[in-house]
Amino acid sequence: MNLQVHYGGIAAVKDISFAVEQNEIVCLIGANGAGKTSTLKALARMIPSNGEIRYGEQRIDAIPSYKLIGRGLALVPEGRGIFARLTVAENLAMGAYHRTDKAGIALDFERVYGLLPRLKERADQVAGTLSGGEQQMLAIGRALMGRPRLLLLDEPSMGLAPLMVEKVFEVIRAIAMEGMTILLVEQNARLALEVCSRGYVMESGTITLADSSTALLADSRVRTAYLGE
Amino acid sequence: MKTTRSGVSEKANACESRRYAVAKSHRERVGLVLVAVALMALPFVLASAGTAWVRITNFAVLFVLLSLGLNIVVGFAGLLDLGYIAFYAVGAYVYALLASPHFGLHLPFWIILPIGAAVACLAGIVLGAPTLRLRGDYLAIVTLGFGEIVRIFMNNLSSPVNLTNGPKGINRIDPFQIGPLKFSASDTFGSLIFSGPIKYYYFLLLVLLAVIVINRRLQDSRIGRAWVAIREDEIAAKAGGINTRNIKLLAFAMGASFGGIAGGMFAAIQGFVSPESFILNESIMVLAMVVLGGMGNIWGVIAGAALLSFVPELLRYTVEPAQRALFGKLLVDPEVLRMLVFGLALVLTMRFRPAGLWPETRHRRELNEGRV
Repeated sequence: MNLQVHYGGIAAVKDISFAVEQNEIVCLIGANGAGKTSTLKALARMIPSNGEIRYGEQRIDAIPSYKLIGRGLALVPEGRGIFARLTVAENLAMGAYHRTDKAGIALDFERVYGLLPRLKERADQVAGTLSGGEQQMLAIGRALMGRPRLLLLDEPSMGLAPLMVEKVFEVIRAIAMEGMTILLVEQNARLALEVCSRGYVMESGTITLADSSTALLADSRVRTAYLGE
Repeated sequence: MKTTRSGVSEKANACESRRYAVAKSHRERVGLVLVAVALMALPFVLASAGTAWVRITNFAVLFVLLSLGLNIVVGFAGLLDLGYIAFYAVGAYVYALLASPHFGLHLPFWIILPIGAAVACLAGIVLGAPTLRLRGDYLAIVTLGFGEIVRIFMNNLSSPVNLTNGPKGINRIDPFQIGPLKFSASDTFGSLIFSGPIKYYYFLLLVLLAVIVINRRLQDSRIGRAWVAIREDEIAAKAGGINTRNIKLLAFAMGASFGGIAGGMFAAIQGFVSPESFILNESIMVLAMVVLGGMGNIWGVIAGAALLSFVPELLRYTVEPAQRALFGKLLVDPEVLRMLVFGLALVLTMRFRPAGLWPETRHRRELNEGRV
């Protein structure tokens, strides 16, 4: 995949190229404004971009965003993007909007509730009244309801209390254990690298480093710039 | 032991709730029949107070139809439309052009009403397509402009080709006619006199029923859920597999079609259309009905539209005689009072029932979030 994203003539992502293999959990780390979220949004076809995006054997850069979930590509948007006025269960049901297999949907409800028991307790509660962490869980749960094969997670730790961040990452780890392929965009570099097998470091629209997580965690440039050491 | 007991009580609970549901649906059915009978008898009761009241009721039903149409756009899909009256205008002019001496065309109404709905639907898409990326204030401004553009077109399309007859409007529009049954004349069945307005009333009631059924079906459908999702968060809706572009266009198109049908009936009932029936104030009035009644809730919207249609008329008929009786002369013009009461009603509603008189559960949830 290589990619360029422009915002009104300003290049936010400059000709980057990276790949995520099946069953892999890869992260994209970097500072504010490095172009991480733009990259993810372009992948999910939420914003226009130039270049080639491949998913499996197919190019998806000409496919409208709403069709991607049907192909197994789910985005958990930045800032969670839950449907605040719907209940937790209604939110989850929206995640399976494109599906018609009722039995499969019921099964996935159980699966998501098993993975995120907190959501089951609050199934009939209005989503807007959940805590930030619970909302993030809900956003992840909703994405899982689409039964994706690739999960794009955009800043799941954003605005959460440290304890909640831990819990959200436990969930991400659990999903990865089930064999889900995940591309994680995160500012919290240490946390991200701890759950991922590989990582890419983005800086002002380009990828500056690419290596295994252990190597990146040991890299002196990463340590000073992103791990605060 | 424990499990059996809980099993039994669960069964008893289920039984109880089923009985409750049956009783409730029974009550609802009786209520529905009563409402239906009352609505059927209404025009004759009103006629005894003067045919004017039947006419007023007919216009109230037209506004209920308009509010239900706008409710699809504003209430269901959350797209603020300040130019909704334009679709009413389109429907009215389509009817006027196809059933009046203006072009010498006299098509029957059951052909024109669908044409009017289709043309209005097209107008809805024309408005919707370029505004797909806009939300909130920006969308409101564009729709407001669109409403005015349509009105100004109607006002000015009298030359070089006289299409709309300009500000003079189109006169002598054909009334509805089903076989020998003319909606413009009175018919007598036994001791009942069916005047023109009464016939229109029953027709409007039928259309209203159809529109209510369609609205309810829409609300509970996949499309209805997609509208809610778009209203809440567009990116998440897209990520969830909703074709936001088509679903938004559908909201505009459906709302516009209802407006177009209402417009066609308006033209027939009034027998005359001119651009000044479709000014910005009317758009705002319809929006006020939707907001006052309770955005998104069909019954609330109906109540809001009925209230805002009847109260001004009641004022008109009571304020003047009351003043003359009290002071011997007219001190305040009812028309002035109308806007005053209208404004006051809106302010009071927003203060004490911010989600409307009869809000949709979800809108109420949003406004109560802080209190939960």
